[in-house]
Amino acid sequence: MKHLLSIGDLTPDSAVDLLDEADRFKAALLGREVRKLPTLRGRTVMTVFFENSTRTRASFEVAGKWMSADVINVSAGTSSVSKGESLRDTAATLHAIGADALIVRHPASGAPRQVARWTAEMAQDGVAPSVINAGDGMHEHPTQALLDALTLRDRLGGIEGRRVGIVGDILHSRVARSNALLLTMLGADVVLIAPPTLMPLGADGWGVTVAHDLDSELPGLDAVMMLRVQAERMRGGFFPSPREYSIRYGLSETRRRMLPEHAVILHPGPMLRGMEIGYSVADSPQAAPLQQVANGVHVRMAVLFRLLVGGQVDA
Amino acid sequence: MPTNGNHNPAARPSGVRELMSASDVARTVARMAHQIIEKTALDTSSEHPVILIGIPTRGAPLAARLAERITEFSGVRVPVGALDITLYRDDLRGKPHRPLERTSIPIGGVDGSTVILVDDVLYSGRTVRAALDALRDLGRPRSVQLAVLVDRGHRELPLRADYVGKNIPTARSETVSVRLSEYDGADAVMLGAQDAAMHDTAARGDDGEARR
Repeated sequence: MKHLLSIGDLTPDSAVDLLDEADRFKAALLGREVRKLPTLRGRTVMTVFFENSTRTRASFEVAGKWMSADVINVSAGTSSVSKGESLRDTAATLHAIGADALIVRHPASGAPRQVARWTAEMAQDGVAPSVINAGDGMHEHPTQALLDALTLRDRLGGIEGRRVGIVGDILHSRVARSNALLLTMLGADVVLIAPPTLMPLGADGWGVTVAHDLDSELPGLDAVMMLRVQAERMRGGFFPSPREYSIRYGLSETRRRMLPEHAVILHPGPMLRGMEIGYSVADSPQAAPLQQVANGVHVRMAVLFRLLVGGQVDA
Repeated sequence: MPTNGNHNPAARPSGVRELMSASDVARTVARMAHQIIEKTALDTSSEHPVILIGIPTRGAPLAARLAERITEFSGVRVPVGALDITLYRDDLRGKPHRPLERTSIPIGGVDGSTVILVDDVLYSGRTVRAALDALRDLGRPRSVQLAVLVDRGHRELPLRADYVGKNIPTARSETVSVRLSEYDGADAVMLGAQDAAMHDTAARGDDGEARR
């Protein structure tokens, strides 16, 4: 595997391998005095973020540093992008500096794939950096889906045959897209729950169930994944008001009680408490946002290990 | 009993020869357990606990077997752990991707203890070097010893084992495969030409042990 651009790059076996590897990283780091492995010593990992992020970037940075890679952060706001440099030139520059991996977040869907293509063309010695998609527009966020799957596996003991509801702004959500792909690939029964205006056209062709009434779905779910309601899109007319959205699709305490006791509540963060998730719900033992974050580091270690170790030659 | 050093791989290019049978392996493990008891002066009052840490894959069950024998012969329960060294290997760039194995360190850690690293085959010594690095990141043992079922020579680092089940002089072109019932259905130590070996040494790295 050279890049991780989409969940579609994985097979069911390779996805399970990555989750198992993340588990082993967790075990390998458990109870250690020194949480630093020499595995990626001498490798340079660059996070290239054209959108804000706390979790994903910090998580990749920690994952790289715990494996002794040199991690360099590039943000759009502080880089030459703010002076008008194109994505292609930025990619060329970082490749020329000597990045072994580029972790790319971009508001445009498909940008990381484009970076992978460009850097492969530019590579005169045939060795181009590995590119990891850290969220591109409305397209995908594969490592988030992997860490969600790992959390579900931890909490539920397995994914196959489980019913997972993904609730909220499915239309704009790369998290929803990657999760729907991965969870169905791993044998889960996925139901997308959103107002019709926030449901992508053709979502029923993804191998998932589409629903609009949250209350009727809750009792049958093993896990519910709440998505962030993107305040910046609220004025776009996708639903009448935040309050109405919250009443119909927010996971309130009353709704939490409609879930089976074993059900897990996931949220990719950042959480808008009181909007898409109740204050007490976010802190309930069923909620797993911090476990998701912790698993994120192990998943990203596994991904970096898989991409950067193994002496493969770029095709 | 197989003889050491006088085999002729050229005469049997695709042959695989059994060097130790299941009963040889059992006897050897028992002898090594006695040696460990003697050398570490193992008793219940020891202020420096002895911990056996196996290097996966086949070092881990060997460590468990040694601990069992030690308990049987001395009455002292010895904690057993496993330490995967994949992340510490110095050949990660050049070799195919290898999945991680399980690491488990006994509760209480390794600080102040006598750690005995256990592996199936000692060859270049690079696995042991990686294990020493890994161990250093886990804590500070009082001392570290090494126990191997087979020492096949060809060291590339200045290391030697404290307990050796059997010395088997080999050619570099040969492979030594330790088979254990936990993974392979039966116990045996086999010697073969590289292309005829059950497990492909070249694909596994520097050491001659079967590591899958």
